[in-house]
Amino acid sequence: MTDMTTAEPTRRDILYIATTAVGIVGAASVIWPLIDQMNPDLTTLALSKTEIDLKPVAPGQNIVVKWQGKPVFVRNRPPKMVEQVRAVPMSELIDPETDQARVQVAQWLIVVGVCTHLGCTPNVGGDYDGWLCPCHGSQYDASGRVRHGPAPLNLLVPKYVFKTPTSVVVG
Amino acid sequence: MKFTTTWKRLRLAAASLMTASLLVGATSLSVAAATKLNAEGLIIPQRQNWSFAGVFGRYDRAQLQRGFKVFHDVCSQCHAASHLTFRELSEPGGPEFTKAQVKALAATYKIKDGPNDQGEMFTRPGKPSDPWPWTFPNDESAKSALGAVPPDMSLLAKARTVEYGFPYFLAEGLPFFEDEEQGPDYIYALIKQGYMDPPKGMKVPSGLYYNAVIQGSNHLIKMPSPLAMMFDSAGKPNDPKFYTDGTPITEDQVARDVSAFLMWAAEPKLEQRKRMGFNVLVFLGVFATLLYLVKRKVWAGVHDAPPSV
Amino acid sequence: MSGPSTYVPKSAFGRWFEQRLPIMGLMHSSFIVFPNPRNLNYFWTFGGILSFMLVAQILTGVTLAMHYVPDARLAFNSVEHIMRDVNYGWLLRYMHANGATMFFLAVYIHMLRGLYYGSYKAPREVLWLLGVIIFLLMMATAFMGYVLPWGQMSFWGATVITNLFSAIPVFGNYVTAWLWGGFSVGDPTLNRFFSLHYLLPFMIAGVVILHIWALHVPGSNNPAGVEPKSSKDTLPFHPYFTIKDGFAVVVFMIFFAWFVFFVPNFFGHADNYNPANPLVTPQEIVPEWYFLPYYAILRSIPYKLPGVLTMFASIAVFAFLPWLDTSRVRSGTYRPVFKVFFWVFVLCGIGLGYIGSQRVSDATILAGRLLLTYYFVFFLVILPLLGLLETPRQVPASISAAVLGAKGAAAAMPRGVGAEPSVKG
Repeated sequence: MTDMTTAEPTRRDILYIATTAVGIVGAASVIWPLIDQMNPDLTTLALSKTEIDLKPVAPGQNIVVKWQGKPVFVRNRPPKMVEQVRAVPMSELIDPETDQARVQVAQWLIVVGVCTHLGCTPNVGGDYDGWLCPCHGSQYDASGRVRHGPAPLNLLVPKYVFKTPTSVVVG
Repeated sequence: MKFTTTWKRLRLAAASLMTASLLVGATSLSVAAATKLNAEGLIIPQRQNWSFAGVFGRYDRAQLQRGFKVFHDVCSQCHAASHLTFRELSEPGGPEFTKAQVKALAATYKIKDGPNDQGEMFTRPGKPSDPWPWTFPNDESAKSALGAVPPDMSLLAKARTVEYGFPYFLAEGLPFFEDEEQGPDYIYALIKQGYMDPPKGMKVPSGLYYNAVIQGSNHLIKMPSPLAMMFDSAGKPNDPKFYTDGTPITEDQVARDVSAFLMWAAEPKLEQRKRMGFNVLVFLGVFATLLYLVKRKVWAGVHDAPPSV
Repeated sequence: MSGPSTYVPKSAFGRWFEQRLPIMGLMHSSFIVFPNPRNLNYFWTFGGILSFMLVAQILTGVTLAMHYVPDARLAFNSVEHIMRDVNYGWLLRYMHANGATMFFLAVYIHMLRGLYYGSYKAPREVLWLLGVIIFLLMMATAFMGYVLPWGQMSFWGATVITNLFSAIPVFGNYVTAWLWGGFSVGDPTLNRFFSLHYLLPFMIAGVVILHIWALHVPGSNNPAGVEPKSSKDTLPFHPYFTIKDGFAVVVFMIFFAWFVFFVPNFFGHADNYNPANPLVTPQEIVPEWYFLPYYAILRSIPYKLPGVLTMFASIAVFAFLPWLDTSRVRSGTYRPVFKVFFWVFVLCGIGLGYIGSQRVSDATILAGRLLLTYYFVFFLVILPLLGLLETPRQVPASISAAVLGAKGAAAAMPRGVGAEPSVKG
């Protein structure tokens, strides 16, 4: 119907390519804010640290503290419990890791209480002096290491620092 | 031929737009500049020079830090700033105090928190993530202590404005005349220029003050002049070393600094916005030019001759 | 959505799919080969601009709703949380708030273009009526959206507008209580407004699809107001109008971006940065600028029920436009007398907007009544009579004749048929 050939096909092509490229860059940069708005906001990021007072935790006692919306298990381990957990040979572990590598102070075990299987919170219990996950029966020992599947990995150790011997900042 | 006529038309349009905006803008500026008392004894706040005005406007860090000191030492004794958090004072685009400074500052406040394991509320030192604490636990307690609830300051600079009226407000939206600083203009005028002796014959009830910037309520304001708390009647500062950065302390300086600080408190993302805005305009300008060239290519021949059938 | 589809998918999968759901063919015939009159001017790009604005508003709105809390105690704070803490939250909110303004600006230009070129005349009456429905839905959406930040203007705007329904005889108070879910504007009101504000844009999108469908049955009107007679009169939608619309959308985006990034609160009210206080009404309450003409009409009538009815009538009259205008000539270009009345009508609308923004005084009420009178006289008296009395100029025989005629007559300054009207609306 209409015949729109031009004298300079190449210049026209370059112009088309440049315009399309600029358009794609524009569309991509518009999409980013729409995606990034779903990332954790500044309020959430500012609350990413939690301070835990260890004074009221008696030997043998477990406490659960909320950190970044997740439970953190803090256990005051008596020396006997530490000995036992450190005596376990690496060959028995699903995810081999020494207890020494998982704690800063032998007495205090601090782990994120999220089962590495599908994210449930384990309860105190099980056959290993540790935790038993109610969802699918994973078991953890007194070092938070997985001893019975289906969970594949040990309980995560969060970043933390001891401000004083009885006060720890997680995050 | 086609090009020249388009160009002529464009030029004509641009010229008439520029002339119109210049006229409107100039009139609005001259009206704003002639700020005397108007017929009703009111002060219409003038446009001030702000570092954060305009397309390339940025906050002056030192000014925000000084303004913060005024806010901290004077304003926040009565006013709340509930949307402001300590951490924002160290975030980019603001006064940019260091994180350590902000942490130390927050720790000087006692924050009510709880309940603890015993079910009781307790106080703890403030953290950077806390919102700015208010002297009063609630509106009612502020009202009983001060006689009125002082307005929350975190959005004050956007919640106040200056009405120049038609047609000047049109210019305020145009490039080169754009004005989003009417809030700080208003606050500056209110504290620096507004407090004055009431007109002859006017009785000011006790506990109220005459302020020629206040529009309603008979130009009466509950807030005593904040500058009068910092300067004697001759304008001498009570504390000559109030500013630690060496800036001489004058009434004008204090009013400007605190107005700038309140603008930042209300619009902490202004610098990000203007920086991104400039990039966006440049990008869109390039994209529009390219599209126009493509459009001309595609339509070449269509205008001048009928399509061959 | 009509017209011949010559589309043949290239791939085997495409052919397989097309036999089962011919959506590519539909797109192809609607937006690729669809024949558009070749003389459309830039006022015809506002349909594309409006589609863009609808998508932009839905995208920013859906993302804002991920952070907004429709609770009277939390709404104001959640908006401020978006402005301060959410990543790019300030950008999304300023785009959404200014987007409403841009949407209305574009829709007013779109409507006035339709009015000037007689785009509502047969066979496009249904197209026009669907447009009126979209306009009503837009007004409802914008009003309810303005309530959501729960500032002083939000609260008192909601109070005043919902109180319009209290003018209904006998049942008025029941209706308002039903709208509010209480005895005043409050938490239940905010919740239902949020729900409806989220729903209505999708209804708008649905009616827009019908609007485009109804457009593609007769095809676009054009500045000459004569229907295309041969293929000489039209050009395929792609690439001619895709590129033209695309260019216009980007130019419009520049205008939009200026306000979003440099004067984002220009169209807003300072008072809306004060949280809603049911005990104190602000000194002045004015609606957003795009409602000002109707607000002026409301205030010009000193009685409650007649005032409300007149205001609704001023919008409803658009729906009768196709039957009020009796002229056989479609395009205003060839109607010298109509042109004058049209531009006076535009000025009258702007004047009403100005009156609506002013405090009530004797002068504004008088001016408001004069303008209001012209508004209705234009629709109810001038348009019906003018069609009978006016002698129109010679209408060109065809679109291509119109284009060529203009080119031949005045090469230096292509005025008239193919060019834009001399005053930008």
